[in-house]
Amino acid sequence: MRAPVLQIDDLTIGFGSTAVVRGVSLDLHAGRVQGLAGESGSGKTVTAMSVLGLLPRTATVTGSIRLGDVDLLGLRRRSLSAVRGRRVAMVFQDPSASLHPQLTIGHQLTDHVRRHLKLDKAGARSRAVELLTRVRVPNPENALGRYPHQFSGGQRQRIAIAIALACDPEVLLADEPTTALDVTVQAGILHLLRDLAIERNLAVLLVTHDLGVMSAIADDVAVMRHGLIVESGTREQIFLEPTHEYTRALLAAMPDSAPAVRAAGADASAPDFPDEEGPS
Amino acid sequence: MIRRRRIPIPRAWLTPLAVIGVVIALAWVLIAVTAPLWIPYAPNAQVLPRLQPPGIDTLMGTDSVGRDVFSRLMTGASVTIPLALTLVAVSLTIGTTLGAVAGYFGGWVDEVLMRITDLVMAFPTVILAMVIAASLGPSLFNAVLAAIVVSWPAYARVSRSLVLSLRQQNYVIAGRLLGFSPVRSLLTDILPNIAGPVVVLATLDVGTAILLLSGLSFLGLGAQPPTAEWGSMISSAIQNFDAWWIGVFPGLAILTVVLAFNFIGDSLRDILDPVSGGAREAAAAIPVVPGQPTAREAVV
Amino acid sequence: MSALLTIDDLVVEYPGRVTVRAVDGIELSIMPGEVLALVGESGCGKSSTARAVVGMERPQSGSVRYRGDAVPPLGLRRRPHRFTAMQMVFQDPNSSLNPRKRVGAQINDGIAAATARGAAGSTPGEWIEAVGLDSSLLDRFPHQFSGGQRQRIAIARALAARPDLIVADEPISALDASSQAAVAGLMRRLCLDAGAGMLFISHDLSVVRVIADRTAVMYRGKIVESGRSETIWSDPIHPYTQALLSAIPHPDGRGILPAAPDLEAPAAWSTLMPEALDRS
Repeated sequence: MRAPVLQIDDLTIGFGSTAVVRGVSLDLHAGRVQGLAGESGSGKTVTAMSVLGLLPRTATVTGSIRLGDVDLLGLRRRSLSAVRGRRVAMVFQDPSASLHPQLTIGHQLTDHVRRHLKLDKAGARSRAVELLTRVRVPNPENALGRYPHQFSGGQRQRIAIAIALACDPEVLLADEPTTALDVTVQAGILHLLRDLAIERNLAVLLVTHDLGVMSAIADDVAVMRHGLIVESGTREQIFLEPTHEYTRALLAAMPDSAPAVRAAGADASAPDFPDEEGPS
Repeated sequence: MIRRRRIPIPRAWLTPLAVIGVVIALAWVLIAVTAPLWIPYAPNAQVLPRLQPPGIDTLMGTDSVGRDVFSRLMTGASVTIPLALTLVAVSLTIGTTLGAVAGYFGGWVDEVLMRITDLVMAFPTVILAMVIAASLGPSLFNAVLAAIVVSWPAYARVSRSLVLSLRQQNYVIAGRLLGFSPVRSLLTDILPNIAGPVVVLATLDVGTAILLLSGLSFLGLGAQPPTAEWGSMISSAIQNFDAWWIGVFPGLAILTVVLAFNFIGDSLRDILDPVSGGAREAAAAIPVVPGQPTAREAVV
Repeated sequence: MSALLTIDDLVVEYPGRVTVRAVDGIELSIMPGEVLALVGESGCGKSSTARAVVGMERPQSGSVRYRGDAVPPLGLRRRPHRFTAMQMVFQDPNSSLNPRKRVGAQINDGIAAATARGAAGSTPGEWIEAVGLDSSLLDRFPHQFSGGQRQRIAIARALAARPDLIVADEPISALDASSQAAVAGLMRRLCLDAGAGMLFISHDLSVVRVIADRTAVMYRGKIVESGRSETIWSDPIHPYTQALLSAIPHPDGRGILPAAPDLEAPAAWSTLMPEALDRS
């Protein structure tokens, strides 16, 4: 395999005296979807957010996140802005929160494009239409003049993806991109993400707790728990031959995981599983 | 079965301002209760030389009829503070109840109660209080009554809007499904859960209450001479402007009490929600996986 | 044996600038000792149905009968005792418990409802242990528990009232994926042990398949397919059911993308097929 596009090395993130990510190392390769699985509180979202410096100032972050030869953790605000949206883009769980409710989507798309790619008005507009067509938003010309609330949840997420891809980034971070969507709508978004990854040679980090989604589009999977990666490997390895107790227990809890895994996992005794915090 | 319950006081309660506030408030309460035991002169005794500036015999000077300002100030605490607290307690009770009933039952009950509330709130507070106090006849009791009339609507509005939002909570509906009557639902499910914001409002309102009562006394509508009340003391200072000590000390006293309760109220606002306080602590306790360092040990 | 719950031609509308018809004429019935799942995606009307069943919404037309009697709306009157045998479990565990009441006392409220009806008494300890929590926790307040634990307590409270009909509105959706199947299984077991019936509303078909005897699929306010769960799962005949089932991603490690419908709302999904109803 060629050199990784993004290398996360020994990433440790803490809030106050609590460490939420402990020594995480992960590589993203062009054209491949790297999955980061785990339950709530595992630290997977915090990991993704740290790549683009989206954590609160109170967070202490050590380790390195290298994009090519640049360490993103060492960048100052202005340099980070040049990376955000341009070389590394992100798609979030709630499309309503990532689209400005009072600006037309045409505005949101073209503004982004013009700022990073220095296109003129007409050029930006035609690029916007091109992007909307690619993400299969119906009537793209028309759509430019409409507002987010006039679209369905699935369409809004497609628009968010279009914005993310506007400047041809090398890396796409997707944090629970389909969790808020209905299952029939989710299917379409999953197809879109996988196709785009291949088409544009994107390195994709897919963060999700949904193992079904993970199994559908991830090439490699890392399982996180309490800030640590407990197991990682290819999709087949993780889903068909899991070695760590936690992974086995997770898969055993899913009614439609591979039958052999489910049977084997039924005996797996992770000491405090299901993972519920006790009363204080 | 005896249950031992230790309710730990979270660190958040001990902010510097909150501590100052509590200390000052407690000090004044202590003064109000014990003043008669240790004041140098009787508050109404006109035995000293008049209009003396603060000195060795009289810490805060004397007023225009020869009374010791210091003694009057300390005694005044036992007038002003209990009355202000009573005023707040009564307005809170009346206002919260009416607002909760309006919010919970809705319909015409809500309409009627809210229109009455709106009507009272439409008048400027102090002026309405003045009018009521004046028409009832100048006395401390009537001043308090007038103040209650103008103070309860704020509680009604707050309590109503809190109740409106709580009414839809799943646990309230669960109670109804278990056969709770609307009144029981209101008493056990709703009122305890609006207590927090209402108490904060009340604490911050103590300052306003003191100012209102003192203001009415200042205008001659509250405490009547010779009662030592801070507002009327300030009022008498107007005739003797050169004798600054007659008005300044009561003014400072009011200032400290109002500030104290404001600090307490601000602190209560931050901590009174059991959910946010406790949940933060619960979330910080990540269970231990055998053989691996706990989150706390892995200090960054 | 007569039905616990009978819904006839139920219509639920929400007023507004445009009147929304959330439930557009549905029929179903539940017998003692059976679990009926009502599934569908967002906006299909399943939650509105649940709310109408317990009396939280007033039907526009049609009827909801519990043991032959029309369910009274939750209004100013106290709920008649016999209707407290119908209990609800809500989606959001965080607002299902009174924050200022100890959990033991809340479970006790359930017990009191049962005894007021002349049913057998019990202790809170029995119920909290039945849902997998220790009885030493009865003294604690809800905020001292995790979301999953709060949901279990809410279930305990509902069951303590010895209901013969449980309406569960997305009871597992807010839980961690690894606990969902376990809690759903627990609900089924406790429900059947008590000889009760359950209306289980969910958008998650994989879990529902395991715990529901019968399933009804809703789309845009109507039931499009219904019958025995196994039949529906293995041989769906309505286009919407087929689309819904094939859109589910399975965590089996095979990297297969779920089928994505071409349009967000194809006309075929709205067709009515009488032969798809009451399948056995």
